Amino acid sequence: MEQKTKVHADAGMQDLVITREFDLPVELLFKAYAEPELIEQVMTNPYTTAKLLKFEGKKHGSYQLESSDGQGKVVFRANGTIHEFSPNKKITRTFEMENTPFGVQLEVYSFEPVTEDTSRLNMHVIYESAAQRDEVLKLPFAQGLNMAHNRIEDIMGKAAKVK
Amino acid sequence: MNLRRDVFQAIADPTRRAILLLVASQAMTAGAIASNFDTARPTVSKHLQILIECELLDQEQNGREIYYHLNPAKMREIADFIEPFRKMWDDRFNALEAIMKNYKTKK
Repeated sequence: MEQKTKVHADAGMQDLVITREFDLPVELLFKAYAEPELIEQVMTNPYTTAKLLKFEGKKHGSYQLESSDGQGKVVFRANGTIHEFSPNKKITRTFEMENTPFGVQLEVYSFEPVTEDTSRLNMHVIYESAAQRDEVLKLPFAQGLNMAHNRIEDIMGKAAKVK
Repeated sequence: MNLRRDVFQAIADPTRRAILLLVASQAMTAGAIASNFDTARPTVSKHLQILIECELLDQEQNGREIYYHLNPAKMREIADFIEPFRKMWDDRFNALEAIMKNYKTKK
């Protein structure tokens, strides 16, 4: 089966491209990036709840978002400025994860209709350096390893108790 | 983890990437590899050492010569490391799609 989301990252380059086709009209896809309540819903997952502290969807605007865990502890905060905000077409913004060594990334989102009911998002992300891009790419990989490790510990812990 | 053994650290360097490209087509001696670069021979040796430490290159003794060749399994590991990142975005976009479909029907 062809993958809906594609990530293209050439070795040694400091950028990457993420593309995805949506079973949504382009207006609805763009809305998910333009309405604060919808942005919060999209960024909320089973582990953390997202809250927009600030959102100005316009040229020279800026945003700040934070995520809290089940106990209300803030585990993630990010911010950026918006350089272009053209409804149903394009968003150019910066993105920075606060209190991390990952630096600032420039993100160019292009929205385009495919058919009346489907659309495509093209995200071009440029990092400060190739090394920094690779660090960000490795994050979910490292988290996956960690989770696998924790699961092994859980299983081994239980196995030890049974004995 | 020893930083130098990190494969991503290893491929971040342009000379080391060039070495990997060179030996991808055929096994080569250190001398033959070094002849492709303007850099001093000890510098190339150092790069080879790092590539061996992180298992991207294998050494093979052939008579008096040592040949270096690519370890495809380790190279594959690098290709695969992007998958969790892709999966993370795929999950996020799937959520977006579900939320927006729900939003549309509510209206």
